[in-house]
Amino acid sequence: MSRYRLEAQPGEVIDRTSLLTFEWNKATYQGFTGDTIASALAAHGQRILSRSFKYHRPRGLLTATYHDPNATVQVGDDPNVRAAHRRLADGMVVAPQNAWPSLDFDVKASNKLVGRFLPPGFYYKTFMFPHALWPVYQKVLGRFAAGGVVTPGHQPSRFDHRHAHPDVLIAGGGPAGMAAAIAASEAGASVILVEEEPALGGHLRWGGQDELSVLAALVEQVQAGPAIEVMTDAVVAGRYDHNWVSVVQRDVPGVAERLVKARVKCLVVAVGTLERPYVFAGNDLPGVMLSTAVRRLVNLYAVKPGEKAVVLTANPSGDAAITDLERAGVEIAAVLDARKGQTVHGAVGRKSVESVLDSRGNRFEADLLVTATGWTSPTALLNMAGDRPVYEPKAARFIPTTLPDDVMATGGILGDGTTEELIAHGTAVGTEAARRALILRAKWETASPAGQSSRPPTSEPTPIPSLEHQPHPEMYRSSTHGFVDFSEDVTSKDLIAAAKEGYDSMELAKRYTTVGMGPVQGKVEAVNALAVHGEATGGSLFETSTTTWRPPYAPIRLGTLAGRKYEPARYSPMQSWHASHGAIPLLAGQWVRPEHYGDPPSEVSAVRNGVGIIDVSPIGKIDLRGSDVPKLLEFVYVNKWSRLEVGKVRYGVMCAEDGVILDDGVTGRLGREHYMMSTTSGGAGGVWNWLDEWLQTGFPEWDVQMTAVTDGYASINVAGPHSRELVARVTDIDLDPSLFGYMEVRTGRVAGVTDCFVWRIGFTGELSYEIHIPSAYGLWVWEQLLEEGSDLGVRPFGVEAQRILRLEKGHFIVGQDTDGLTQGFGVGADWAIKLDKRDFAGKPELVWQSQRDDYPHLVAIQTEDPTILPPEACQIVDRSGSTLGRITSSRMSPTLQRSICLGQVAPALDEPDRRIEIRLPNGKNVPARVLATHAHFDPEGARARG
Amino acid sequence: MLVIVCPNCGPRNSDEFTFQGERAPRPDVSDTDAGEWRRYLYMKVNASDWVEERWFHVSGCRRYLMVERHTSTNEIRSVTMVGGEPG
Repeated sequence: MSRYRLEAQPGEVIDRTSLLTFEWNKATYQGFTGDTIASALAAHGQRILSRSFKYHRPRGLLTATYHDPNATVQVGDDPNVRAAHRRLADGMVVAPQNAWPSLDFDVKASNKLVGRFLPPGFYYKTFMFPHALWPVYQKVLGRFAAGGVVTPGHQPSRFDHRHAHPDVLIAGGGPAGMAAAIAASEAGASVILVEEEPALGGHLRWGGQDELSVLAALVEQVQAGPAIEVMTDAVVAGRYDHNWVSVVQRDVPGVAERLVKARVKCLVVAVGTLERPYVFAGNDLPGVMLSTAVRRLVNLYAVKPGEKAVVLTANPSGDAAITDLERAGVEIAAVLDARKGQTVHGAVGRKSVESVLDSRGNRFEADLLVTATGWTSPTALLNMAGDRPVYEPKAARFIPTTLPDDVMATGGILGDGTTEELIAHGTAVGTEAARRALILRAKWETASPAGQSSRPPTSEPTPIPSLEHQPHPEMYRSSTHGFVDFSEDVTSKDLIAAAKEGYDSMELAKRYTTVGMGPVQGKVEAVNALAVHGEATGGSLFETSTTTWRPPYAPIRLGTLAGRKYEPARYSPMQSWHASHGAIPLLAGQWVRPEHYGDPPSEVSAVRNGVGIIDVSPIGKIDLRGSDVPKLLEFVYVNKWSRLEVGKVRYGVMCAEDGVILDDGVTGRLGREHYMMSTTSGGAGGVWNWLDEWLQTGFPEWDVQMTAVTDGYASINVAGPHSRELVARVTDIDLDPSLFGYMEVRTGRVAGVTDCFVWRIGFTGELSYEIHIPSAYGLWVWEQLLEEGSDLGVRPFGVEAQRILRLEKGHFIVGQDTDGLTQGFGVGADWAIKLDKRDFAGKPELVWQSQRDDYPHLVAIQTEDPTILPPEACQIVDRSGSTLGRITSSRMSPTLQRSICLGQVAPALDEPDRRIEIRLPNGKNVPARVLATHAHFDPEGARARG
Repeated sequence: MLVIVCPNCGPRNSDEFTFQGERAPRPDVSDTDAGEWRRYLYMKVNASDWVEERWFHVSGCRRYLMVERHTSTNEIRSVTMVGGEPG
């Protein structure tokens, strides 16, 4: 057995039959299942766990909890692991952090040997000038910074999210929290009980026989509770509006951490208290520990914390530690009773405590100094619920004041009491929390359309007993100076120096000295910092307000916040064909689309010279019916719609109320009161919301029924000179151009599929038919087109070929060639904007835009050297280098065998053959010219109308 | 995240909704000037008080709702449908 491991203790949590082997600092050690990394090391007498942040002083266990400031280690490639919390596992490779080149001999501890501590602001003052050296400073200081190592090849762990809807959530599984859970469950509430430690019980776990038997009885009742879910090794990290509570679960199998997002009807805060360190010279030496740390080591892990101890006690926890130490065979060199005015003056030693000086000048040889000087209320959750705790001098701690109805507190955070009193209080709070929760549950159920409503409780509010505060000496700092913040290496001297330098507000002093800004985030040090700051500024704790606690209470891994990757993807019904025919996928919004099938330029040529088909299923489709549809179209589009005949299709531009272009597309009239609107793929959802907004909030009296049918139809554009011939082979619709002209729509049968509609439009600039098929038959029709057109050379083309085709034709894309400031007249679609309409969305802005000419114009641009392709977003500049516009789209045109562009330019440049200069990314300017029309190819549009 | 009790769907998390904020009445487009129109577009009172604001239950019933919310406490005291009850 390890040298410091004791005989079996009544409450021990280790399994002595399960031996684990692990590595620490490149040597092999053994521990038991149930040990923490820190307790297993303590059992071997390993006192130094790390070197401190700034001075690289040796540090060991202080609180022996998750929040131990200097017990952070590297486990494998997992950095910043809390050694006093993480359970030991077989084969664990544990390494110290921040101790280069070694834990025992640390060159950076020479910071200390120069005889002088680094004053607050040292880094700010010393490494300020010259600015040119900042990168060097950063490099050097980086090696001194605390923290573990992230391995570049590290395989990220899996993380998880869960949503929960408990009636009552209880933060803290000590006696009061457990009693509250049992009572709330008995009152009919569903309960989640969250405990930070790996087991329920709170301070009962490291108590004596009496506490252990109370604990066993409570745990049995919790387990029997009909609707209590216990989460151990989990922590409530935050409380947000309307009791939205985040819980981090650290022990879920298969995932590194899980974030539980709980909508809680009543939150019970039963987090107890944290023991506070004492400030004196040498208070950071390994071997200086809190009474609860010592009690946990002895009672939970059967570890003897030292050989010879001095105990400074101000409360029953310190007294109990003396009993525990005696039982563990530790010699008690001296007991200093703070209630009798005795205190510690300092601890002395090189790597660990060797002797202790008391306030009367006595010196005791000892390797262990135990302090029990008071409690800190971890009020974070209460602060997040709006409470402003106040300092209670009698109890020497902060206490809650006012809480909202849906948050209650019980147990040590509220006051002191015997175990029975704590349980009685928890029981009352649990009953009342359930009553409040069930009232809200009934209210919410009544408001739910299909919910069965439960009967709200009719009982009166439960009277809550009071928990009196036991008197406690106010002890923060001895007559000597020591460390206040162990994780940031901030001393009481630093805080006083900061106050003298003018940082007389705690909020400023905190930022200047970084007190409370380390990994422990104030839980251990905040109240001592307030006390010392109060002393330095001549105020007191009463006057210095506590710092505001913000979420999260405990660290959350970034992966936990991210959770699993659940990004929805949308596929067209033809996706399986694309995937098996070499399509290169492109993610366009949520849609996965074929970017191309290997060779975009030849896909372009196929469309220009023969026939091609493209899957355009993501095009937004909105089915509109009713007698007032023309009114809606007149309102949301800038052009006119009232005289659109059945069978006709029209192109339209939509603007928002600020005149900025929102979307564009064609809408066709399929029947007397039946229209089909198309939108851009990316704009489908937004346009649907936009129409709904006007129909609901502006014109509720209009007779319009709207259905989003994007996924209801598969859409295929058949484009090219042979498209008529191909489509004629699969449809019963008469395609004779005199009967089915350009910008017209017909309904009918395609490849045997009924209820299709086909419109003749021309985004590619070729003769083309866009076929919309009930989506279940999309793949069938796609394959039929390929089969029927094989002798015509039909081939599929992707999004990239379509982009080239439309750019050759000069058709702009909303969001690509327009931006968040492009109003209607900026795209050269002046012909479409009908300012003589009485009203439409954005009309006043367009009226004012038409009266000025100070906005960028969209124009077609060609470089003089046809082989130069200016990348998109290149600037258009004048001789002095000022920006006059930018390239919004650019491609090599297979049809024209040259580069082609669209761009936004200053209005003065919008004239045919105007010479401009484009600045390339390499800084060189190239000459180019503005074209008379947007179209680089077939400006008359003869091909599409053929 | 807030709970909004939708008149159609019951209590739902606010991430099912999009927030549109305070909405001023739309000026008559045939008789407006830039000052009035841009106040309508951009100017919000932003009071620390009970405020009537518009929310859209986009991931639910798709109804536009008027929500009375206290901007300091986030308390919500009424939620009604714009354009009245569904037929």
